[in-house]
Amino acid sequence: MALRRVSKKSIELGLWHSHGLVREFSTFSLPNLPYDYWALEPVIMTEIMKLHHQQHHQSYVTNYNNALVRLEHALTMADSPTIVRLQSAIKFNGGGHINHSIFWKNLSPVKELGGEPPKPSLGSAIDRQYGSLDALIQKVNAEGAALQGSGWVWLALDKERKQLSVETTADQDPLVTEGSALVPLIGIDVWEHAYYLQYRDVKSNYLKNIWKVINWKYASEIYEKECP
Amino acid sequence: MAIPVAFSASSSPTCTVLPRQGLPGILGSPRPLQWTKKERRCRRKIGFMVTAKFDLKPPPYALNSLEPHMSQETLEYHWGKHHRGYVENLNKQIVGTELDGMSLEDIIIVSYNKGDLLPTFNNAGQIWNHNFFWESMKPGGGGKPDGDLLKLIERDFGSFEKFVEEFKSAAATQFGSGWAWLAYKANRLEVGNAVNPRPSDEDKKLVIVKSPNAVNPLVWDYSPLLTIDVWEHAYYLDFQNRRPDYISIFIEKLVSWDAVSSRLEIAKARAAEREREEERKKKEEDDKMADGETAEMYVDNETDDSEVE
Repeated sequence: MALRRVSKKSIELGLWHSHGLVREFSTFSLPNLPYDYWALEPVIMTEIMKLHHQQHHQSYVTNYNNALVRLEHALTMADSPTIVRLQSAIKFNGGGHINHSIFWKNLSPVKELGGEPPKPSLGSAIDRQYGSLDALIQKVNAEGAALQGSGWVWLALDKERKQLSVETTADQDPLVTEGSALVPLIGIDVWEHAYYLQYRDVKSNYLKNIWKVINWKYASEIYEKECP
Repeated sequence: MAIPVAFSASSSPTCTVLPRQGLPGILGSPRPLQWTKKERRCRRKIGFMVTAKFDLKPPPYALNSLEPHMSQETLEYHWGKHHRGYVENLNKQIVGTELDGMSLEDIIIVSYNKGDLLPTFNNAGQIWNHNFFWESMKPGGGGKPDGDLLKLIERDFGSFEKFVEEFKSAAATQFGSGWAWLAYKANRLEVGNAVNPRPSDEDKKLVIVKSPNAVNPLVWDYSPLLTIDVWEHAYYLDFQNRRPDYISIFIEKLVSWDAVSSRLEIAKARAAEREREEERKKKEEDDKMADGETAEMYVDNETDDSEVE
């Protein structure tokens, strides 16, 4: 298990509004990785995993918490300009926290679940909609490669229409910004920090290789929960 | 590189017919495109139709000469792979289209398409941005600007230190991929093709702006003076996630204030010329109204109506 200092903090801000109630506010914390930093080698190198988790994801969590504390205060003060102004920091950092939390669960070492094909119900939904798992992978990779700038490529489930789709989001926008009924099954980070130290400018190699460590079991569980 | 093909009578070699000042129809007034000299590739040979191509321009220094502040390896990838890729991809995209033969700046403006980006925008913008970025740096760069540039910085930001603080903050807070810019703003509220991020009646000011992905201040009709690339590929090999450190080193050790100063002179000259042009037009309109005649009628005044420069 990757070891980290994690503490779930609960901040009592001692804020009072007109009825004299104290508000309690829980902050978010960086989740542990379910595997060691070196466990996804040679697909994703140790240094990338360390930086990605301990620096990038941690900084989203820190900045998300800071923005939420400021939001809490602004709400208490009914300070609308500040409430509105904080939205982009919340979207960016909160989105970063949401997306990366999913991402670590989407991955698994080759020796464990990494790369093993999806279970029957998700597997047959993929075959029905895309023809084959390979065809789906080609589509995800094409969309990931075509994404300009920073963002994510997703295999999504529309839980209302019970349909799969491939989506992309820009920057740290969570999948739900593409549709409120969309549930993320698999998300692949295509920000350069996710692959640059190892794959340099060849994003397509990263996308080809990452499927060796994709955790389809997790995706299947989400799918089965929404489509029993 | 000219590729001779059979001449077709129905095609027009548009690149030789377009006036040098660009696309008056799109922006309202002809913009002298000061940046165009080296970006334009258009040659005509009698009897042949020519395909215009952009070249990958090298930085004005060796790839190892920004060490240790920006590594040779970074330049090899950043210029040799990323920048080269944008050039090759744009050339493929424009072949045989109406964009073929246009200057890079014109392709950027047309592809920006009022914010509804066309597929060529990313490549065209990124070619221009990277050319501009390499020329914004030099070996032994950094220090402080002087002369007119320093005066304007002090006027518009309070002090050089405050400018640096604001520039660093813009570069650090551009979420995702993009660029931070020092630009000279000498336009009016209406910029035609885009939403002006700094609409105000004040012009002839230095401003700091940031832009996502491939967007640059040309689309807002500003004159860029300095840029820093904050796409992760620009700094990840040397600084990993430490973007603020990269930004500090850029300001302290890499910026070519000479380049920024000469760009400022060009921008001021352009603004002055545009002002004269607008005054001339205003005078014409006033004269026409005074005569009580419509624009189509012959107007007896001393100014030459002709748009020919």
